[in-house]
Amino acid sequence: MTAAVAGAGTTAVPARRRTGGTRARKIAKEVLFYLAALIVVVIALFPFYWILRTSLESNAQVAAGVGGQNGIIPSHLSGSAYVNVFKQQHFLTPLINSAIVALGATAVTIVVASLAGYALARLQIRGAGAILAFILLAGFFPVIAMVGPLFLVLKNLGVLDNIYPLIIVYLVYTLPISTWLLRNFFAQIPAELEEAALIDGATRLQTLRKVVVPVAIPGVFTAAILSFILAWNDFAFAVSFLQTPGHFTAPLAIVTFGESQFQVFYNLIDSAVVIISIPIALLVLFLQRRIVSGLTAGSFR
Amino acid sequence: MTTEPVTTEAPARQRRPRPQRPQPGSRGRPVADRRLGYVLVAPTVILLLAVTAFPMISNVWNSLHFDNLSFGGLPHKFVGGQNYSKMFTSPEWISALERTLAFTVVTIVFDVVVGLALALMLHRRFRGRGFVRAAILVPWAVPTVVSAMLWKTMFDPRAGFVDYFLGAIHPSWSSLTWVNANVWRSWAVIFVSDSWKNIPFVAIILLAGLQVIPPDVYEAARIDGASAWQAFRKLTLPLLKPALSVALIFRTLQALLVFDVVFILTGGGPGTSTESLFFLNYQTFITNTDFGYGGAQSVFLVVLALIVSAVYVRWTRPVT
Repeated sequence: MTAAVAGAGTTAVPARRRTGGTRARKIAKEVLFYLAALIVVVIALFPFYWILRTSLESNAQVAAGVGGQNGIIPSHLSGSAYVNVFKQQHFLTPLINSAIVALGATAVTIVVASLAGYALARLQIRGAGAILAFILLAGFFPVIAMVGPLFLVLKNLGVLDNIYPLIIVYLVYTLPISTWLLRNFFAQIPAELEEAALIDGATRLQTLRKVVVPVAIPGVFTAAILSFILAWNDFAFAVSFLQTPGHFTAPLAIVTFGESQFQVFYNLIDSAVVIISIPIALLVLFLQRRIVSGLTAGSFR
Repeated sequence: MTTEPVTTEAPARQRRPRPQRPQPGSRGRPVADRRLGYVLVAPTVILLLAVTAFPMISNVWNSLHFDNLSFGGLPHKFVGGQNYSKMFTSPEWISALERTLAFTVVTIVFDVVVGLALALMLHRRFRGRGFVRAAILVPWAVPTVVSAMLWKTMFDPRAGFVDYFLGAIHPSWSSLTWVNANVWRSWAVIFVSDSWKNIPFVAIILLAGLQVIPPDVYEAARIDGASAWQAFRKLTLPLLKPALSVALIFRTLQALLVFDVVFILTGGGPGTSTESLFFLNYQTFITNTDFGYGGAQSVFLVVLALIVSAVYVRWTRPVT
């Protein structure tokens, strides 16, 4: 910890007397630092390796358990769990359900949050501060407090156990962060850019569509990624509102795989876990900079 | 942290002399703009009111009534504070409250300490920093179902590596059943799974906080002869307060409302020993279809969340 703090003023190092002792100590410190970084990476990623490893075992290997020949590297690999998860467990249906709901919520969020973000950044509306505060507070609203009343509403409308209402319900995850992010993004775009278009006689909405949005694409993209991750990851609403397996989202389906068997076949569960982690892992590995900037934007600057 | 950008930026915007331009056609613009502004903000506000304010009012109303679908034929009788007195005298709810508070304190302390250490590590420039950052983001980004199922596998005596490694260290440590065999082991698995997933978020927020501290602050401290530890305590920590409060408010609320990981790993068991407030509230609504008693529990959780947010917002104010 202290080493990292001192790192902020690395210029201090050459001023020190270069005796053999301090040099050896410096190297030892470096080695320890990289060792610590390695441990962090192993803790973060090794469980994923283990999941992948387990998902590639046959039922017989799972039944035999880990040990002996079947250690960190399994004695042999088998794709049977991946076949079974689609053939026996019909995992494709929940995957499609999840994709529909997550993409739907993302699309609605982007349109609605872009409009609001633009208005809050540019069109001097009264009470913008109060509106932003409300939007933020909505993001902190306990999800369970929505479950009861919305359950009753969906039941009365006859759309309980239906994935489509989830698109609206998931907005509580996606809208607050996206609106804030896009508002901050729009506020950074130089006003002169729009001024020019407005003077040329374009209307506000035309300028928004033709001038502002193209410039704001990176911000919109960041909001879309975060919205997709948040909607894809929901469990609480799905477990409360969905009742028949054909209507389950992927996270909910995985939980019931474990329940339906007398013996838990981890290869089956873990193959599904690997499958639903893939889109998220790819997003993170390729777009980490964008995700980090989205997560931290406007949170305390 | 939260309302801060609003208060600091709004006046600055008003001062900007933008629309006072005598161009033809731009005369009515500020008024027209404002009107358009309300139209553009309306969908967001209406949708968010529909999913938060409406349920809140509905919960308050339900909590004052007897409203249980299992007794469908009965009228929704007004019962005053009965649902609330039932909650505050229910041993099951009180234990869930105690458990949830204890879990929250332990997790936020652990997550912030480890998250800070990680943030300090990532703040240093080193080869592979981008990779380490991406690696720790993966656990944060995957669904809770993944982090829960993953650790369920890990801790399983036959399928996991925890038992495999513990057994390699000492034979008597192997073949332990973790989930639902014993209260403490069940909590340990919940705790590991939850921290593994959420520490990265704390680290990323704190790292962003470290990156906005100007380096010359440290330079000045070094010239004044401050040690690294002094610089950390007297400079880094106070300057990190806004970021710390953001990380704390998110983590505290998430921990107070812990559910997915409990539901998936232990289902509240063994017995009721890992039931959290959210879990109990879920059972009241969905398993028992009791929307009056459930409504009272939800109202309590909303008030709790509001108090926590207010405390943190107030805590950060004086510094900025």
